[in-house]
Amino acid sequence: MNEEIKTLTISIYTENNIGLLNRISAIFQRRGINVESLTTSQSEIENVNRFVIVVNITETQAKKIVGQFEKQIEVIRAYYHTDEETIYTESCMFKIKSELLFEEPQIQNIIKESNTRIVTVNKEFFVLEKSGRRHEIESLRSQLNVFGIMQFVRAGRIAVTKDQMKVTEMLTAFNNQKQ
Amino acid sequence: MNTKTLNKTKEMAGKTERITGAEAIIRCLIAEGVSTLYGYPGGAIMPVYDELFKYKDSIHHVLTRHEQGAAHAAQGYARISGKVGVAMATSGPGATNLITGIADAQIDSTPMVCITGQVPSTLLGSDAFQETDIVGISTPVTKWNQQVTKASQIPEVLAKAFYIARSGRPGPVLVDITKDAQFETFDFEYKKCTGVRSYKAIPDTDPASITAAAALINNAKKPMIVWGQGVILGQAEAEFKAVVEKSGVPAAWTILGASALPTSHELNVGMVGMHGNYAPNKLTNECDVLIAIGMRFDDRVTGNLSKYAKQAKVIHFDIDPAEINKNVHADVAVLGDAKQSLALLLDALNKNTHTAWHQEFKDLYAIEYDKVIKNDISPTKEGLTMGEVLKQINIETKGNAAIVSDVGQHQMIACRYADFNITKSNITSGGLGTMGFALPAAIGAKMAEPHREVVAIIGDGGYQMNIQELGTIFQQKVPVKIVVLNNEFLGMVRQWQELFFDNRYASTEMTNPNFVAIAEGYYIKARKVVKREELEDAVKEMIASKESYFLEVCVEKEGNVFPMIPTGASVSDIRLS
Ligand SMILES: Cc1ncc(C[n+]2csc(CCOP(=O)(O)OP(=O)(O)O)c2C)c(N)n1
Repeated sequence: MNEEIKTLTISIYTENNIGLLNRISAIFQRRGINVESLTTSQSEIENVNRFVIVVNITETQAKKIVGQFEKQIEVIRAYYHTDEETIYTESCMFKIKSELLFEEPQIQNIIKESNTRIVTVNKEFFVLEKSGRRHEIESLRSQLNVFGIMQFVRAGRIAVTKDQMKVTEMLTAFNNQKQ
Repeated sequence: MNTKTLNKTKEMAGKTERITGAEAIIRCLIAEGVSTLYGYPGGAIMPVYDELFKYKDSIHHVLTRHEQGAAHAAQGYARISGKVGVAMATSGPGATNLITGIADAQIDSTPMVCITGQVPSTLLGSDAFQETDIVGISTPVTKWNQQVTKASQIPEVLAKAFYIARSGRPGPVLVDITKDAQFETFDFEYKKCTGVRSYKAIPDTDPASITAAAALINNAKKPMIVWGQGVILGQAEAEFKAVVEKSGVPAAWTILGASALPTSHELNVGMVGMHGNYAPNKLTNECDVLIAIGMRFDDRVTGNLSKYAKQAKVIHFDIDPAEINKNVHADVAVLGDAKQSLALLLDALNKNTHTAWHQEFKDLYAIEYDKVIKNDISPTKEGLTMGEVLKQINIETKGNAAIVSDVGQHQMIACRYADFNITKSNITSGGLGTMGFALPAAIGAKMAEPHREVVAIIGDGGYQMNIQELGTIFQQKVPVKIVVLNNEFLGMVRQWQELFFDNRYASTEMTNPNFVAIAEGYYIKARKVVKREELEDAVKEMIASKESYFLEVCVEKEGNVFPMIPTGASVSDIRLS
């Protein structure tokens, strides 16, 4: 029964409701599941939100938990996917002392080689932004760490699936049924 | 309800009228067919109570003595009638006092709408007097909840609340309404909710799953049914009975499923689970096809999951897709409403009798009768048993009563020995095991179905958890019959201490008050029985009474409930002693 723990991306399409985040996090909390990252935004459908949540659990757990999400009144559909089934990215920002940019030529190379974007530069600090896989961000961070990072922040994973999500079809079916 | 108001409400449907949010709440309740609700007033809900005063000819508000009592009364009301129970409370402590009842309704799938008052919207988040985040607190124990801060939202939110509470797998809904929304006036119009786009109340039944289920059942040599409350909630009793009779499959029940098929039915083989019957527990691990209908494989039913029905193909009928494969893997899952899916199944079943297989149940029953049942219901030793009290109640009510039990040994005895001829007659806190449930739930049950005999069976411990509701019984003149089986112990916990903690009776012995005097203090007829010879007469007198009646029966102090599946053991390791 030792099922493999995987990094899974859970996508939840929901109505836009204030209490829903609480409901969703309560489902994780009750089962002692740690949320690695959580992002919520507008989805491709108007007035429908999408949560993208990354967790490390088994597929059996994922199936059950997706059932619990779908059971919530304002959840339209929920899915889970493995990394192979999604295209995903993360983004991050670094704030670094401006003097380093000129004193440490090595930093300029790092920025260039890693395809990192300079968001802004002023007298005191400059800000870098980078999107990519976790290991790319981590490698960038460790390289820059040598020189000193004033602030670092990484956003949760965002992902789209290779498969179709049949959410629009579902909502259309509901509207047709009502007429 | 007053027909005048009903007509007025019907007339008004589709038209608008300028009223306050508070009045709108009452009008919504009336439009949803609510005639009785249970609650307790306070600052943040006072505008609504003011309207209740004005509408008192159309809607009956029952003042309980504690908000927990209101919630359980609403549950009892819902459980016996299948209608949505309604409870109301003020903000802060009023609202938090509802929580135990809400959690109970959530785990037992009871349709309930709770309305709580809330501080004015301008004060939200300011730690105002009696402000609690009741929406936050109730989120994990409600099917749905919503705060309302504008009067204009009231009709839509309440319509949705009732729809969600009663549809699909029922459950509790909480609507929290700020005081300013209650005062605000707006153009009222009520439209019933008929659907919510993100919520599919009843999943579609796949015809292939019916075919697959029927094929398994038709070819089975030793099939067994375990049914739960889904049969009752789905109003599928007739279809269920037809399936059982046509297939000839022995059928066992979970606590919440009890009474969907009469106790006396030939194919009813008793209760499964921790204190269930010997035969259905043992044979769960011998059947070749296990047909689960509207039940959720609670751990109290399955015992050790890794040793539960491993040899059997499992067919699981359920309305809630999240129940499929949650605890027990289903070889065939039949989603949908039990009434429809069982009707479809019926057509696909072959007629059968399974006589030899049935004999196995009878043989094991004979063992249980000899080792346990006989001594429970017809004891010869000194000391009254809970079982003989139940037997006497069966005789006097002819099995037609609704039995509302609390939690503990008496509950298990009530479920094991009560005769049920009528569906929706076993009202008890199954999933949450809430002591204090029975007294208020009995009030709700009796008020919902006044023509029925309602007998509450309560332990001396649980009785004292909501004993204040005697005040409600007295004020409302609710003719419930209250039986306290007094063993001067928190009996079920004491039994575990005896069996698993070497007789260390830590804080389970109780020095009890004069229960008869307390009942009489509320002007309720009361009697105490200490000897076997008095029992029959006392139960007769109680059942004959037209008014509420309190009966205390002093039972043996250290009686145990058997059979028993010890925690962690397999259903087939069920102990008879
Ligand atoms: C609110 C609550 N608190 C504690 C428990 C744990 N508990 C389960 S059964 C029981 C003993 C019940 O005693 P009593 O009401 O006297 O009934 P008996 O078992 O003696 O029939 C207790 C304390 C519970 N189920 N509910």
